[in-house]
Amino acid sequence: MLRNVFGHSARLLWHKESSLGDANAIIVPGGFSYGDYLRTGAIARFSPVMEAVQTFAANGGLVLGVCNGFQILCEAGLLPGALIRNRSLQFRCENVFLKTATTNSPYTNQIPEGKLLRVPIAHGEGCYFADEETLTRLRTNGQILWRYVNVNGEATEESNPNGSLDNIAGICNERRNVAGLMPHPERASEAILGCADGMLVFQSLIHSLEHNLLAKAA
Amino acid sequence: MKAKIIITPKKAVLDPQGKTVQNALAHMGYSGVGAVHVGKYLEIELDGADKESARKQIDDACHKILSNPVIEDYRFEIE
Repeated sequence: MLRNVFGHSARLLWHKESSLGDANAIIVPGGFSYGDYLRTGAIARFSPVMEAVQTFAANGGLVLGVCNGFQILCEAGLLPGALIRNRSLQFRCENVFLKTATTNSPYTNQIPEGKLLRVPIAHGEGCYFADEETLTRLRTNGQILWRYVNVNGEATEESNPNGSLDNIAGICNERRNVAGLMPHPERASEAILGCADGMLVFQSLIHSLEHNLLAKAA
Repeated sequence: MKAKIIITPKKAVLDPQGKTVQNALAHMGYSGVGAVHVGKYLEIELDGADKESARKQIDDACHKILSNPVIEDYRFEIE
């Protein structure tokens, strides 16, 4: 998608690789790694490539986790909290609306104020959980990036597809360089897919990179 | 030696599986059934005979990978 829709250079990294090469940003995708055995993301988090991702993130590199990627980043301790079984116990595969809680992040800065994103979800374990103390910290620091909402932009119980606390769909770390979300913006990034709202997440990421790279060059 | 490990969801964590099993038990007519918590049970076979070092290793593994301290508690015994 980054290559074919945005025309950027992007390459796949195999989980056994121990180097990220010259990557400017890392996207950890979804995909039921290791069959979700033990817990979602629990085993993938110890893949050789994840050690390099940890170092990359520690140096301020941009790391975005989508779906299983979000679960892996939580298991790896790069993001707070955990994702547990959907409250309904059902695998949910549908389009949802997301409201961006803050545009102050490398993943949301190009999302227009008030714009709702229509993107698909496809998961059985996307219920975001964290203890009260962690939740308070997330709210205080503006680390909640997206919430599940209805078509009017209200975070209601009906619009929450998995029982996530505070309707949380995606968060970032305190430093704001690592983020994760359960919905799939990459599956809604071309008009032919029915919706292109997800592009805004990647446009934000690209904007942040160009901005930082320019800053470094200057 | 063998390690027997039990992992359970923390009390504060939503446990829809436990709730569903609880409802099913009530529906089947079992009386007096309170909260149900569904966890995991692991048996790990271990070489060697030093229980103390086995205990240390299993505790470390439980903390690092076998359980997630954010959402789960664990306990184990070495036999």
